[in-house]
Amino acid sequence: MENTVLHVADVHKSFAGLHALSDIDLSVREGETHAIIGPNGAGKSTLLNVCIGRLRPDSGHVIFDGENLTGKQPHEINQLGVVRVFQTPEIFPELSLLENVMIPILAKRDGAFKLRWFKRFSSEKGVQAQAEEVLTDLGLGTLIGSEAGSLSRGDKRRLELAMGLAQKPRLLLLDEPTAGMARHDTNATIELLKKIKAGGMTKVIIEHDMHVVFSLADRITVLAGGRIICQGTPEEVKADPRVKEAYLGEEQV
Amino acid sequence: MNKLSAVSDWILFAGFSIAVLSMPVWLAPFGADYPDLMQRFAIFGLFAIGFNILFGLTGYLSFGHAAFLGIGSYAAVWSFKLLTMNVLPAIMLSVVVAGVFAFAVGYISLRRSGIYFSILTLAFAQMSYNLAYSVLTPITNGETGLQLTLSDARVIDGIAGIEVTRTLPFTNLFGLKMSGMPGFYFCAVVLIIGFFISIRIFRSPFGTMLKGIKSNQTRMAYTGLNTRPYLLWAFIISGMYAGLAGALMAVTDPLAGAERMQWTASGEVVLMTILGGVGTLVGPFLGAAFIKYFENIFSAYNSTNLNQVFDFLPDGIQAVAVDVAGLFVGSGWHLTLGLLFMVTVIFLPGGIMEGVRRLGLLVTGKSKKNKAPAAGSSSTANEHS
Repeated sequence: MENTVLHVADVHKSFAGLHALSDIDLSVREGETHAIIGPNGAGKSTLLNVCIGRLRPDSGHVIFDGENLTGKQPHEINQLGVVRVFQTPEIFPELSLLENVMIPILAKRDGAFKLRWFKRFSSEKGVQAQAEEVLTDLGLGTLIGSEAGSLSRGDKRRLELAMGLAQKPRLLLLDEPTAGMARHDTNATIELLKKIKAGGMTKVIIEHDMHVVFSLADRITVLAGGRIICQGTPEEVKADPRVKEAYLGEEQV
Repeated sequence: MNKLSAVSDWILFAGFSIAVLSMPVWLAPFGADYPDLMQRFAIFGLFAIGFNILFGLTGYLSFGHAAFLGIGSYAAVWSFKLLTMNVLPAIMLSVVVAGVFAFAVGYISLRRSGIYFSILTLAFAQMSYNLAYSVLTPITNGETGLQLTLSDARVIDGIAGIEVTRTLPFTNLFGLKMSGMPGFYFCAVVLIIGFFISIRIFRSPFGTMLKGIKSNQTRMAYTGLNTRPYLLWAFIISGMYAGLAGALMAVTDPLAGAERMQWTASGEVVLMTILGGVGTLVGPFLGAAFIKYFENIFSAYNSTNLNQVFDFLPDGIQAVAVDVAGLFVGSGWHLTLGLLFMVTVIFLPGGIMEGVRRLGLLVTGKSKKNKAPAAGSSSTANEHS
């Protein structure tokens, strides 16, 4: 058995009587790409929010590399190496692309707080070079000086991915990385994510698009109605009748 | 690119320093070259520059910064009373006391953001104001205000063997009297130092983090940054600037009253910053100077002046004109300020600095258009000056 990096243990979460998540038990192994799929309202985003500390589970634990994430602040979870990329791009619209990527790198290097008010930000040559490299890798190299808010939606999502990758996370959580993208952009993103996969980074992807899921995932967890109904390799999941009933059926008629 | 922006910062700093120190020369044609008014330009400029570090960089709007101004004044006067009439210990004490107080207020107020933060700071300032008037009379001397007396201890001056005079002693910098022009130059030098520190903060990693908080605070947390201490330090630093400004008020005129802490004073620094240009380096100083200059002009008018101004009108109309104009001058000058502020915010949301930028574009517009296609898109990094 490979090492488990993220272990979601017996998590329950309900909102005003509605069981958003129940009996969730999930292990993500080191280096794998784990997809979480399920129809709308299945609890995918809630599960991700529990993992990054945005929501607190009613019971159960989320263990990352031996550390209990439950009750930790978002910045503490990030400092442990868990990075999330949001569905709607969360960037710094008023800052330049370069600054957008330098901030996460500095956060990783200097920790959650460091009062350095006398040094020049632009004198951080090493950090700047690193940021430029990541931006170039993601095809944003020509735009480093422009304001992030002026980017197209697709570029904003790529920028956010760059901000996440710049931190060299140990676990990357992606929330529908291709939602709202044209097919061409989707394929570019898949290629990019495959490249990262080759680098051995552990990833959890929430995704609607079956094409994306089956091109990338090593293992898949299927959620429906807040419960895990099936877990396994893409082939196993494809063959499972319960999955067809709950999810694939409606899309692949 | 980076070297260039470092150079342009030094040019900005040098230009600012020269402009401030030469105020007695170039303000003469405007009739504003007397020390009392120029001291006010420097003091309120410093207050607004410090306020801008919080409001301009983080977007957190404090409505209680006058409390730190008042506390700075009280601390300075106490230093004059107990320690020495030398101004250096006084301003140091003020900055420290204001910083400690800002830590306490900021620690609590920063638990909330947006309008709730503003209201919490306002509540703290009004609380301080009312306490200074009532319960804290032994420290603040209540309504009369804290003043120097002949019987003050002045321990350090006593040790240093400075003779006790029969009249009230003067504030001084190692013997140099801190009123009139020397007082102005002292305030100007402190302002220039404050401006320099403000540039460093704007350009530092710390300043960039503050801009990130203003831009997207949620993102900051998910990027692994603890926003609370960043905000708290910005709050403390701007509180220290306010304390320093309060100390300079006491340096140029050694008394301190509770009215300095009133909410109108807190509101004034907000107006100054917005009028000059939020988040710009020189804007807040320009806003402060602008308001203090027009306050000085308009509030000096009275009905006699107005009668002279409208002398050319027939008697009946003259009386009406004087009555109407009278609403806008003297103690009614705030009406004029309100109108000026509305006009600025509606037509120049970026304040005076935006006006300057637009003028600059008008002047250099042609040459820029020619260069634009060749320059490419990489040189458009956002420079705030």
